[in-house]
Amino acid sequence: MTRFHRPPAGARQHAGPLTYLALAAVSAVSLFPLYFAVTAASSTQARIARTPPPLVPGGHLLQNLRAVWHYNGPGGHTLALPMVNSFIVASAVTASTVFFCTLAGFAFAKLRFAGRNVLLVLVVATIAMPPQLSVLPLFQLIAALHWTDQLQAVILPGLVTAFGVFFMRQYLAQSLPTELLEAARVDGANTLQLVWHVVFPAARPAMAVLGMLTFVEAWNDFLWPLIALTPSGNPTLQVALAGIGGGYNVDESVIMAGAVVTTVPLLVVFAVFGKRIVGGVMQGAVKG
Amino acid sequence: MGRSTAARRSRRYRLDVTAAPYALIAPFFLLFAAFGLFPLLYTGWVSLHTVSTLDPNHMTWRGVGNYTALWSDHVFWQSLRNTFIIGLLSAVPQLLVALELARLLDRRLRAGTFFRVALLAPYATSVAAAALIFQFVFQQNSAGFANWALHLFGIGPVAWEPGTWTSKFAVATIVFWRWTGYNTLIYLAAMQAVPTELYEAATLDGASRRQQFRKVTVPALRPTILFTAIISAIGSLQLFGEPYLFGGSGQGINGGPDSQYSTLALYVYRLGFSSEHLGRAAAVAWVIFFIAVAVAGVSALIAARLRRSV
Repeated sequence: MTRFHRPPAGARQHAGPLTYLALAAVSAVSLFPLYFAVTAASSTQARIARTPPPLVPGGHLLQNLRAVWHYNGPGGHTLALPMVNSFIVASAVTASTVFFCTLAGFAFAKLRFAGRNVLLVLVVATIAMPPQLSVLPLFQLIAALHWTDQLQAVILPGLVTAFGVFFMRQYLAQSLPTELLEAARVDGANTLQLVWHVVFPAARPAMAVLGMLTFVEAWNDFLWPLIALTPSGNPTLQVALAGIGGGYNVDESVIMAGAVVTTVPLLVVFAVFGKRIVGGVMQGAVKG
Repeated sequence: MGRSTAARRSRRYRLDVTAAPYALIAPFFLLFAAFGLFPLLYTGWVSLHTVSTLDPNHMTWRGVGNYTALWSDHVFWQSLRNTFIIGLLSAVPQLLVALELARLLDRRLRAGTFFRVALLAPYATSVAAAALIFQFVFQQNSAGFANWALHLFGIGPVAWEPGTWTSKFAVATIVFWRWTGYNTLIYLAAMQAVPTELYEAATLDGASRRQQFRKVTVPALRPTILFTAIISAIGSLQLFGEPYLFGGSGQGINGGPDSQYSTLALYVYRLGFSSEHLGRAAAVAWVIFFIAVAVAGVSALIAARLRRSV
C-alpha cells in the first residue's frame, strides 16, 4: 500500500504552493535593494529624508540622472567617458582572456609536451591567489611608466587568468574528441589549423561562458582601477561611482542615481540573456 | 623528389608537434608571469623595504621591520579579526541559505528561469553600487530603510555604522546579498548532476525526501560545498570595496572611527594610499598571501580526504 504513495523513484518533486511562496519572497528580497535604489534615485533629497522612506518611485529621476551625468562639475567630462572606458576595458580583457586561455587550455587538455603537468599544477595552485595582492608592485610599475589614468594600466593586468586556462582545459578535455583531432592531423592539418578549424568551433560554448564571467568581473572590478585611475581623470564607471559616493555634500538621491546608472547596463544584459547566463554560471560551477 | 618532400613534411610535422604546444601556452604564461606571478612574489620583496607611496620606486632595505611593526599594530590585529568575523558572518548563512534555495529550485517548477535570474541579479551589481545602496539602506537616522523596518517591530533606531557589531553585520549583509544567488546556482548545478540511481536506491530503502536530501544530496555535494567555502574564504581576504564605500567619504578608508569594520585588504589600501607606506602595506598583503596559501593547503587536504572517502 505505502509503496504507491512513495514518490516515483528518481523523479524530481513537484513544487507546491509553499515552494512558490518561499521563492517569490526570496526573489523579492533579492531584487528589493535594486528597486529601493531606483525609488531613491527618483526622489528629491527631502523626500528620502522623510519617515517612512519612499517605497514607490518619485518624479525626479531625470533631474538626478542629469546631475550624475555631470558628476565631474561644469566643464569636466560627463559620465559618458567612464562608460566608454568601462566598455573598452571589459571588452579588451574579455577578448584577450577568452582567446589566450582557450589556446593554453587546449594545449593542456589535448597536447603532449615536456613539463605539462608541472605547469598545470602551477596554474591550478595560483587560481586561489587573490589578484589584489599584486597591486602594490603594479602601482610601482605604472608610477615608473607614468601610466596613471591610462586605460592600459587596468587592461594589461587583466589580460589572462589562471582560472580561464583551467576552465577551458576542463571543458576541452571532456568535450573535444581526440579522434576528431587525429582525423584532422591525418588530413594534414598543422596545429594552427587544428586550433582554428577544430578547437575554436568545439570550444565555443565554454568560450561564451568564460567570456560572460570575465566581462562581469572586469566591469565590476574595483580596487586596482581605484588605484590606477582617478575619478576626475580618466576613470572606469566603478571609479567614477566611488568618486560620486565618496564626495562630500552630495545629494543621496544623486548617489543612488549613480548606482542605478552603473548597474543598469549589466542588468539589461542579464534580463535579455538571463537563461543563458544562468546556464553559464551553472556550467562554470560544474566544470570549474 | 617525392621522398625529400615527404621527409621535409615529416620534419615540419615533428617540429609542429614539439613546438606548437609551447607556442600555445606562451602568451598566457608571459602575461601571467608579468602581471600576476611576478607582482605577487615581488610584493614579498617590497615588504622588506621602507617605501613611500609618493616615491614608489625608491626602496630602502628594512629587513623584517615591517613585520615586527605589525606585531604591536592593533589596527592590523583588529583588521585580521574583522576579516574572519565578517567572513564567517557572511559565508555561513550564505551557504546554508543557498543550499536550501537550491533544494527548492531543484523541484519541478514553473517560472524557474525568472527565480534564477532574480537571485542572480545581485551578482550583476558591482561592489561599488551594492555598497552605496546598502550604506543608504543602513542609514543611522530613523529615515533609513533598515531602521524603519525595525521600527515596525518596535525596535528603536540603530546606529549601524558606529557600532562594533552592527557595522560588521551591515558589511556582511552586502556580501551575503551579492553572493547567495550565485552559490545557489552552483549548488543547483551540482544537485542536478547527482546520479538518479542514488535517489532510486534511497527511495527503495524507504527514505523520505528530507532523509534523501541529508543522506544522498548533501554527501554528493561535499566537494561543491568545499569549493564554495574556499571561494568565500578567499573572497573574505579580498573584502575591500564593501567596507570602503559603506563607511563613506569620512570613515571608509579607516573602516570606521575605531576600525571596527576594517579588513585586511582595506588596511593594505589604507597603509599604501593614505598613510603612504608602501612597504608596510606590502607586509600586510604578504600576510594575506600566507593565509591564502594556508586556506589552499587545508582545502587540498580536505579534498584529498573527500576523494578517498568516496
